[in-house]
Amino acid sequence: MSESPMSSPAASSSHQAGEKSGIKPGVAASAGNWKWSLLLLLPYIGLLWLPFYAKAEPGLWGFPFFYWYQFLWVFLTMLLIEFVHRRTR
Amino acid sequence: MMTQMNWTATTVFVFFFLVVAVMGFLSARWQRGDLSKLDEWGLGGRRFGILVTWFLLGGDFYTAYTIIAVPAFVFGAGAIGFFALPYTILVYPFVFVVMPRLWLVSKRHNYITLADFARGRYGSRTLALAIAITGILATMPYIALQLVGMQVTITALGLHGSGLVNYVPLIVAFLVLAAFAYTSGLRAPASIAIVKDMMVYIFVLTAVIWIPLKFGGFGHIFLVAGQTLASRPAPGALILPPSQYLPFATLALGSALAAFLYPHTATGVLSSSSATTIKRNAVLLPIYTLLLGLLASLGYMAIAAGIKVTSTNDTLPALLLKVFPSWLVGFSFAAIAIGALVPAAIMAIAASNLFTRNIYREYIRPQVVPSEEAAVAKLVAILVIFGALAFVILGAQSYAIVLQLLGGIWITQTLPTIVFGLFVRWFHPKALLTGWLAGMVCGTGMAWSQSLKSAIFPIHIGGTTFAAYAAIDALIVNLAVAAVLTVLLESLGIDHGSDETVAADYVESAG
Repeated sequence: MSESPMSSPAASSSHQAGEKSGIKPGVAASAGNWKWSLLLLLPYIGLLWLPFYAKAEPGLWGFPFFYWYQFLWVFLTMLLIEFVHRRTR
Repeated sequence: MMTQMNWTATTVFVFFFLVVAVMGFLSARWQRGDLSKLDEWGLGGRRFGILVTWFLLGGDFYTAYTIIAVPAFVFGAGAIGFFALPYTILVYPFVFVVMPRLWLVSKRHNYITLADFARGRYGSRTLALAIAITGILATMPYIALQLVGMQVTITALGLHGSGLVNYVPLIVAFLVLAAFAYTSGLRAPASIAIVKDMMVYIFVLTAVIWIPLKFGGFGHIFLVAGQTLASRPAPGALILPPSQYLPFATLALGSALAAFLYPHTATGVLSSSSATTIKRNAVLLPIYTLLLGLLASLGYMAIAAGIKVTSTNDTLPALLLKVFPSWLVGFSFAAIAIGALVPAAIMAIAASNLFTRNIYREYIRPQVVPSEEAAVAKLVAILVIFGALAFVILGAQSYAIVLQLLGGIWITQTLPTIVFGLFVRWFHPKALLTGWLAGMVCGTGMAWSQSLKSAIFPIHIGGTTFAAYAAIDALIVNLAVAAVLTVLLESLGIDHGSDETVAADYVESAG
């Protein structure tokens, strides 16, 4: 549960610890940081626009591009959600 | 498949099934609560932490039918079958943003179902009824499909007689299911999910390492699969052709938006212990998506292995029978069959929560006391399970598949009420109800026009044909009707109902 540095004054003045109470004052924290959530649109763009990846080359370990590109987005999406989670809590 | 009874596989299968059944009964004692209360029986007391929720939602969302149907779809149709992968990726940013708000408001007002939320947010019992009925309608065929998934593995073990004898193992399995759902409530599928998910991980990982070693690596498998798909009477493709871009994308998006509006997934979300638990799970649940992608690739391995099936649903069992030793076949089939129990139990519990809360208490006995509420829910859960069993035994399997296809279209029509409702109270409840009706009629009509064989509906605009998932088309109609009517009703000054929630209910309060 590492604290990430945040610019909003409301967030930086908060020192609570512990799972239940260690949350910044809801409205103030989300007002400054909600824009990070827009990053979560990236997987929708990357996966719903088929011309990006409906092709065979370049392959990777025997997988055509169409397939490993989709697997890659599983990892990217996990990282993105984790990043946004750290920035907005 | 006319195989002899496979004794080794059957023994291993029965052993694992029994272990899990005993666990189901014992789980009533786990994190003990007062099971005569509906939120204890039907939501496990909202106490499940990060890890239990991960297993529970994993077992709930990636069902036995998924395990059978995804490789079957890829085996039969090629690249488009992989829409399951973007679908189960795109669902998580949505869960991360939307579901913590649902959990928070539900905890504050003791909502047990999505219809409870609609009732509280819009002060409209009719809108709540519409949400409840949609949920029940969409869930029932889904339960029947879990039985289909289980039946496929039992048949593949070589257990078949004539007539009703065919169904004896299935009936026994579902008596067990009904009994532990009754006694343990949501705690039963939660504890079973832990064992079952580990079994599924073991068999899928073994398969995707073992089979490529046997059939010349992934490169060779994709090569053979591509050639075989292209040479079929109805050719499939290894790389998605442009004509399938829109169906692929709308299937992925529509399914992702609908996935957590189903009663069983919503129940999984509400049973977790905090909003943070849900956020952590949005990060961790995609691990199951990796597993699903690997499962999908088993469809190509079945093509490369030269599997022949009369029904594509037999693809995965036939592949495992061909490549695995008997004991590992028994283990894998047990994982799939147990995998059917987890979502089936949660679905039955969720459907009965809806009936009890939003139909029985709302319309039949408003003065119901909590212990009676829980007692009714337990009985309804059993009725639901036997209803689904009767469905399969009476040979209505093909209807179950059609109804599940319709169910996906229907459940999507609850999105404006639930998802928009979690952020803004802008829509007028009467407009939402009319939009829902328009979406239901429109979506059902589109699927009907395809003879209920496909949810992909072609729309012709100026000489170009756009073929898209009917749930998305219907949702657009739904939203348009709801928005226009909202403006109209508000300008006429028609009462837009009460709202028992406040903005602070949806966000975590300060320490």
